Amino acid sequence: MSSRLPFPAVTALLAALCLAAPAAARDNIQIAGSSTVLPYATIVAELFGENFEHPTPVVEGGGSGAGRKKLCEGLGEGTIDIANSSSRIKQSDIDLCNANGVTGVMEVRFGYDGIVFAALRDQPDFAFTPADWYRALGARIVQDGALVENRLRDWAEVNPAFPSQEILAFIPGTKHGTREVFDHNVLLAGCKETGAHDLYAATAEGDEEAKKKAADEACLDLRTDGLSVDIDGDYTETLARVQSNPVGIGVFGLSFYQSNTDRLRVYPMSGVMPSVETIASGDYPVSRPLYFYVKLAHMGVIPGLREYVAFFLSDEVAGPDGPLADYGLVSDPKLAETQALVAAERPMEPLSQ
Amino acid sequence: MTAPSLAAPAPAKGASLIAPDARTRRRNASERRFRLLGLSAVGLGLLALVVLLTSVLGNGLSAFRQTWITVPVTLDAALLDKEGNRNPEEMRQVTTLGYGKLLEAALIAALAEKGIATDALSEKEVTGLLSKEAAADLRTAVLADPSLVGQTLTFRALATSRIDGYFKGRVTRESAARDANVTPAQLDLADRMAAAGLIGTQGNAGFLTRPDASELRPEAAGLGVAILGSAYMMVVVLVLSLPIGVAASIYLEELAPRNRWTDLIEINIANLAAVPSIVYGILALALFINILGLPQSAPLVGGLVLTLMTLPTIIIATRASLKAVPPSIRDAALGVGASKMQAIFHHVLPLAMPGILTGTILGLARALGESAPLLLIGMVAFVRDFPGAPPQGLLDPAAALPVQVYSWTQRADPAFVERASGAIIVLLAFLLAMNALAIILRRRFERRW
Repeated sequence: MSSRLPFPAVTALLAALCLAAPAAARDNIQIAGSSTVLPYATIVAELFGENFEHPTPVVEGGGSGAGRKKLCEGLGEGTIDIANSSSRIKQSDIDLCNANGVTGVMEVRFGYDGIVFAALRDQPDFAFTPADWYRALGARIVQDGALVENRLRDWAEVNPAFPSQEILAFIPGTKHGTREVFDHNVLLAGCKETGAHDLYAATAEGDEEAKKKAADEACLDLRTDGLSVDIDGDYTETLARVQSNPVGIGVFGLSFYQSNTDRLRVYPMSGVMPSVETIASGDYPVSRPLYFYVKLAHMGVIPGLREYVAFFLSDEVAGPDGPLADYGLVSDPKLAETQALVAAERPMEPLSQ
Repeated sequence: MTAPSLAAPAPAKGASLIAPDARTRRRNASERRFRLLGLSAVGLGLLALVVLLTSVLGNGLSAFRQTWITVPVTLDAALLDKEGNRNPEEMRQVTTLGYGKLLEAALIAALAEKGIATDALSEKEVTGLLSKEAAADLRTAVLADPSLVGQTLTFRALATSRIDGYFKGRVTRESAARDANVTPAQLDLADRMAAAGLIGTQGNAGFLTRPDASELRPEAAGLGVAILGSAYMMVVVLVLSLPIGVAASIYLEELAPRNRWTDLIEINIANLAAVPSIVYGILALALFINILGLPQSAPLVGGLVLTLMTLPTIIIATRASLKAVPPSIRDAALGVGASKMQAIFHHVLPLAMPGILTGTILGLARALGESAPLLLIGMVAFVRDFPGAPPQGLLDPAAALPVQVYSWTQRADPAFVERASGAIIVLLAFLLAMNALAIILRRRFERRW
């Protein structure tokens, strides 16, 4: 009952431990970024850890923008080595990198990802075009040569060839890299096709350039009456929403669809069914390149980084018969060029704009 | 306002004392309604619990069983050890691809030997039953014991998640016909193999011991790294928050003068206990990672965050149990000549210990289930290597149980739903055990005066 409790001793010991510990050098690669690239990066990390002497890289998600920002935080062991990104790096990221002394970032494009429109398997057939999507989701659409508020509620009103079904779409939220592709390749394309772009431009002020820019932005305005739903979570959330709302049509990544073909059916876009082949050939219109960005200053400092990048880009991994293609990555037809770039460790050139 | 208007209305003339009047009936009815409301609130809570448990148990229990393909594998020395000197360093040059081929050949040979027809399937479909992790397992086993080379080994290989799902009832022939990753013919083959005893479901200790796996091999995903990471964090939390928390409470409760400053501290501690946990995550990101330069994804940093989060809880619990020790104990100790410190450490603290431990365990249980602050310090990562032994291992990357649940629910492959629910079961089991321990401690040692 009367034993003295050694609290001060324990605390002192732990404090000593905390101060002594962070001296060790980092020997694992750290990667962060896009949640679309995350599954590919984990597949490569797993194979890399299995077959190389180096530890398995630690891969974090968090989003493309967050990953690039982390990459540009600075140099050294406390910062990440690679940022995964499902959209191209922006000038603002490069400026941040330069401000923090991170020069020499290598841009690696390792493949393409398709964006597919899918619904539950027992849903009716649709053959979409970007124009159909713009008419279904745009804030204002063209009717009798004028822009009017979008009041269409049924797919049959959008396109008489479609079966009658309530319009309901689950599209990626604005923080997703996928949304940029959806905006650009579907909404903007549809906006131009239906003539809404010209009408927007006609009402805008300023010179040609300003008018075009205003129209581009106006084209991306979506209706806000609840028929177009932004999903900020992952594709699993989109799937759950589609399952609870069977009339809903969701926007997914090709690889997600391929893991869930028993539940989902996919729709053609502009007459082309999405598949690894049609995306590689460029026939399917809604696809985007996937990138990762490597800090060249860490090459040779973080053990295994050079080997990891080379292994990622090797034919047996990123090639058309590799494990990444099994998972739904569309192999880059110009993979050999990227391999040469990686071998030469060439930093990316300034963005051409 | 006059006095008579405040008086209760007189009972109506001729009212019975036995039969309730209208007003009493109304009051009784309203009491019955209130009881019913309370009962339905409890019922609703219970219903939610039942739904949660059935969904989690229904989805997750199957994660504790796994489908294995058992085949004899001849480990060809010419393939695996070209130099012939059984040196693991040289044998590492054979990658999992080499072992995969060996395993595939062994499966085809075993099927031929048992006379199982595979005509309807291509060779790729037959070997597609094997998990990609199986080759890695075989390689690990051989490298751990090079003397196995040249022998024939009965090897237990993981089956892919779709075949595993078939044996667990998740995949059916209808779903397989639509599924790009499995064909009904493969399920037929699995049936024939099951009849010959080549494939079957067994207990899956690997779910608790294996590390996480990528999307291509959900069958191999386990909680090993997450459990170890959580254990490391709990040790850090316990070792830091118990002494600091107890020391702070003893000072505040027994030694500190009552003045404006101690009042301020007291209020702040109570407020800190109510701060949302994500705020501690932001603090940790700024302080431990950006300023002190501690590594990302490290259990030490996770433990430090959770310590900050748990400390107010422990201080409040400890102060309550110190308060519950009657002053007569202190007075008696001081009266026989004990110093203040002797009175505290010899008499008050031992009597308050059961309450302190209960509070600590409940605080730890809350910390174990916490995921929000860990999101910000990089614990939601794909970590496949086990952290090393402490103290150095506290700085190696690791996962944690609740964030493992989070990251599995985001994966595309439906097999991860089972894994996520299984992880929830493990987490709930740990929490239940800790809460039970707290109750036992309280029941057995707590004294009331």
